[in-house]
Order: sequence, then C-alpha cells, then structure tokens
Amino acid sequence: MLEMIYLDPLFAIEVVVSGLLSGIMYSLVALGFALIFKASGIFNFAQGAFVLFAALTLVSLIEGALFGVKLPLLLAAAVTLVIMVVYGMAVERLVLRPLINQSLIILFMATIGLNFFTEGFAQMLWGAQVKRLDLGIPEKPWEGLRLATGITLSVFELVAAAIAGVLVLGLTLFFSKTTTGRALRAVSDDNQAAMSVGIPLQHIWAVVWAVAGIIALVAGMLWGAKLGVQFSLSLLALKALPVLIIGGFDSIVGVIVAGLIVGASEKFAEVFVGPYFGGAIENWFPYVLATVVLLIKPQGLFGEKIIERV
Amino acid sequence: MIYRESGQFKTSYAADQAMFPIRQDRIFIALLLVAAVAVVPVVVSEYAIRSILMPFLILSIAAIGLNLLLGYCGLISLGTAAFMAVGAFSAYKLATGIPDLPIVLNFILAGLVTAVVGMAFGLPSLRIKGFYLAVTTLAAHFFVEWTITKFGWFTNYSPSGVISAPPLDVFGIAIDSTTEKYWFVLAWVLVLAVLAKNLVRSSVGRAWMAVRDMDVAAAVIGVPILKTKLLAFAVSSFYCGIAGALYVFAYIGTVEPQAFDLNRAFQVLFMVIIGGLGSILGSFFGAAFIVTLPIFITLAAAPFGGQIPAEVLSNLELIIFGILIVFFLIVEPLGLARLWQIGKEKLRLWPFPH
Repeated sequence: MLEMIYLDPLFAIEVVVSGLLSGIMYSLVALGFALIFKASGIFNFAQGAFVLFAALTLVSLIEGALFGVKLPLLLAAAVTLVIMVVYGMAVERLVLRPLINQSLIILFMATIGLNFFTEGFAQMLWGAQVKRLDLGIPEKPWEGLRLATGITLSVFELVAAAIAGVLVLGLTLFFSKTTTGRALRAVSDDNQAAMSVGIPLQHIWAVVWAVAGIIALVAGMLWGAKLGVQFSLSLLALKALPVLIIGGFDSIVGVIVAGLIVGASEKFAEVFVGPYFGGAIENWFPYVLATVVLLIKPQGLFGEKIIERV
Repeated sequence: MIYRESGQFKTSYAADQAMFPIRQDRIFIALLLVAAVAVVPVVVSEYAIRSILMPFLILSIAAIGLNLLLGYCGLISLGTAAFMAVGAFSAYKLATGIPDLPIVLNFILAGLVTAVVGMAFGLPSLRIKGFYLAVTTLAAHFFVEWTITKFGWFTNYSPSGVISAPPLDVFGIAIDSTTEKYWFVLAWVLVLAVLAKNLVRSSVGRAWMAVRDMDVAAAVIGVPILKTKLLAFAVSSFYCGIAGALYVFAYIGTVEPQAFDLNRAFQVLFMVIIGGLGSILGSFFGAAFIVTLPIFITLAAAPFGGQIPAEVLSNLELIIFGILIVFFLIVEPLGLARLWQIGKEKLRLWPFPH
C-alpha cells in the first residue's frame, strides 16, 4: 500500500492532515491528564469518565432533563461548567484529600475507582442511550479549501482544532502569568517547598481539579458532537495515554505535539501500512510508538528530565 | 488467649523456617483444606461452585501472579488479561495440535509460553517504571488482543473467533463433572500458592523485594536487576497463563478473546490492591472480595424486587464498586491482608487489652 503515497500524494496529505486534526482531539483529552499530573503527580485515570459525564450532562440539559426545561446550548454549557467544577472540587475533597501522603500507586487505584463511580453515576443520572449533540458547526468539507487545493477537510475538525489551540494558549498564559498558575507550578515542582512558602496546597488542588473538569467539558462537547454522546467516550482515556507518554506527562506543549504525532502517524499507519498486517492496527499502534519513545527517551519528548536511575 | 503461641518451642531450623510456625495456624489451615477438598463439594450446591468458587479460585491464581510482580517486585502491569489470554490460547493450540499431550504438561507448557511473552513485554521495565511501565504493558494488552483476533491460526480458523476447550482428562481419568473440575482447579491453586509462598520466602523473593524497595541499593549489594525483573515478569506471566488456561478448560469451556479484555486486567489489579500488596494470602482475600461483591450487590437489591431496572442496577454496581474501592484505599491502603494481621494480633492478646 505504500506505493499509494507516490500514486496519490494529495490523498496522503489528506490522511496526514485529518490525522493531525483528530490528534488535536486526543490532545484535548490528554490535557486534562497532564494538568492534574503536573500539579499533583496523580495520574487521573477517571479523566475519560469525566469527559463522558460532562458530555452526558450537557446533552441532557439541552434535551430538557432538568425540570423539563430545554436549555439553549450556551446556557446548558454554563450550567454543565458549574457542575463539572463542583464535581472536580468534590473529588478533590472527598477522594484525594484523605489520601494525601499515600504512595502514587494507591492514588492511581483510587482514580480507577473514581472512574467506575463516575461512569455509573453519569449513566444512572442521565441514561445510557446514545445521544446526538449538535453544536451548530457543520460537519461538511470546507469548500473553499477543496476548490483551491483539492484537499478535503471537514469544517468541524478545523473548528475543533482552533478551540483546542485557544484552550492551550489560555492554559499556557494561566500557568505563566497568573498568581494561581505560578503557585500551581510551584506545587508541581515540590509540594512541601510550596507549602512552606505559604501556598495553600489544598486550594490549589481544588483549582486544578476544577480546571480538569472544564477541559473535560470542552473535550466532551467536541468528541460528543463528533461521535455521539455515548459510553465509548470514556474509553478516550486509553487513546490519550500514549499521547501523554510521548509528550511527557507534565508538559502542556508536549501533549499537543504528541497528540499531533499520534493522530497523524496512527492514521498514516492504518491507511498505508495496516493492509500489510490485515488492518485494524490503529488500536495498538500508538502504544507501540509510545513504548519505542519511552525506550529512547524515558521522560517523553518534552517531559522534565527526571534524574533517577532505574 | 486463643492465639497464644506460648509453650510452642522451635527446636530445629526446619521448625523455625516452617511456612506456618504457629500451631493454631497449622490447625486452621488443615481444617480449611479438609473443608475445601471434602466438605465443599458435598455441602455447596453445584451452581455455587461453578459460578462463585471456580472464578474465585482461578482468578486468585492470576491475582497471586500479579501480586508477585506488583506487590513483591514493584512493577505495575496492566497486561494481566493479555497474559491470561496467551495462556488460554496456547493451551488451546497445544491441546488441539497435540491431542496426546497430558493436560498437566500442556498447562505447564502454556504457562511457559506465557512466561516468554511476558518477559518480552517486561523488557522495557529495565528502563522505565511506574505509570510509564503500566502504559507499555497496555501496549502488550492491545497487541495481544489484536494478534489473537486478527490471525485465525490462534483460534483454528473459527469464524467467530470463539474457541471451545476439548474435554479435560488427567492421566486417563476424564474430568467432566463440576466437582471433578473443582478438585482439578483446587489442586492447581494449592500447588501454585505453596510455590509462590516459598518463592517469596527464598532468595528470589528477597531479591524482588530489594528491587522494589530501592533498585539502586539492590544493585549495589549485588542483586542483578535485569535478571530479577525479568524473572518476576516470567513467573508472574506463568501464573497468569495457567489461570487463563484453567479459565477456558475448567471454567467457561467456550471463550472468545473478549473474555480477556482490559476490565479483566483491572479486576485482577483490584484483587491485588484490596487483598493487600505483597501478600499471597491477600490475593485470596482480594479475589474472594471482588468475585462476591456483585453477588452481594444483587442480593442487597433483591428486596426491592423488580422495581430497579437492570440498567440502573448495573450502573449502581459500578457506583458501589467505585465507592468501595476508594473507601478501602482511604481506610486501609494495605488491604484485607493487613486487617487479617490486625485481627490475629487482637486475638493473641484477647481478652486482655495489652
């Protein structure tokens, strides 16, 4: 199949670009992971379930699950935002605060428990059937681009990419310019040192979990509109893992770049290399890629170098 | 009072190194064995044996396997289900390819195949650890899943990808009733559990724990890191492979690759965490807890009759499962094995406070 690249270079470009765009969508989910990991060293396995919860809540509010009032999209998004922030903070308060000073594996386990809880809770509250989410962004090719270059790209994916870009920019500014953001970085470097200079650790963690809830909402909206709001959204977490590994757990920029790499290479491998192996290699290809990256650069492409011998 | 060891003197090294140094423990274990071998098949209904005891016993083997890796050697793995699948499918291939092969030998070979696969995927553990290792073992999981579903050779070209285990027969004795299968599984569990217990008490186990606690220090005192970690992966995968083979041959009979999905890996992981990291006994506790939990939830919902729709019930199960795991981790991060230990200490002093 590799000869197809020469035969139809435009198609190859299209594959790579659409891969890049879906890669940005992976980055969106992975961002939530990276944020919490950066601030508290916790690998939050429940982030995928958060995405599901946010998307289900949003759709149900739009469909009028709350007192039969059908909320418009923006209002529903605002209400969902509040719910996600409260949920994130509640998680911090009820699950993580009692587990302070436990080893990381215990915290990881706790987030797996949280993952089960959130999945069950979301589906019990709002029902488990597949729902359609319409954001009003057309899912059709961008005519202008197609006429100019012959490349077919969906408007929706471009908008999604733009939203992801804005989110990353916002987070980067938040981390580098605001007091809270700087405190957050201090906490991630060394939480005891941060506490000793008077940074309220628990307050900071609450902020982080709230922000993770917000990112989950954005990811849930975009993925929900793309795939339909359903249980499989929570499996996105598994797609985000290799992205995290390749980018380095604690780097926001790394996550975006890695998302692009994973998205593009996975599509490319599936279309051009997959047929040699009987197809469907999309599922494990990112993981193998991540393993290879780990063997060469254990801290990921952009991760902070940990001086630790293994 | 009940648990006092006063008056029990050890007069030989053998007595000092016994697996159960205290007489009460020996009596208890002996009674438990008699109950498990002779009383259970008579008293417990066939249905309960099939649906509760069998998965409990088989999954405890997998839990012991993971505990050796995670609890003793400190290497986290999410590939348990994949290794179980490797064991199951290689036992199947061996049984259909060489029908004359004795089943015990078949299972051991299947376990060895799994050990080799496990070692291959354990190689990255030399350079990475923690969550990073979890992700590379996830790579193992997805790769194995894909290989088994993609290549018909593994399922003897069964169109649905489902395999049916041939009938069991041990040295000419057919094993087909539930009770016989139960004994068969129990025998494996006993042998493997004793083996694991002795393994962790020996120099191998001490090397694992040294690597777990601080790998640099272990290297300094002369523990070969490479060999130790790979051995942990090999032994752990061997156990998981045998568990997978038993799962198909003695428990389910007919199995599709989806029986070994990621949820299975998490299930075994929870068994190890809730049972207690670094405790063979804990693996049994954890397995018992996780296997019986859904049954208890269903029982608790029973008084509400049909009022709770099945869909809500399954979500409720997820919720309660999640809450219980978090609760356990907060209250007793060292697991049920630690509670057991505390209980024994209490019994030792009872009825005196100190």
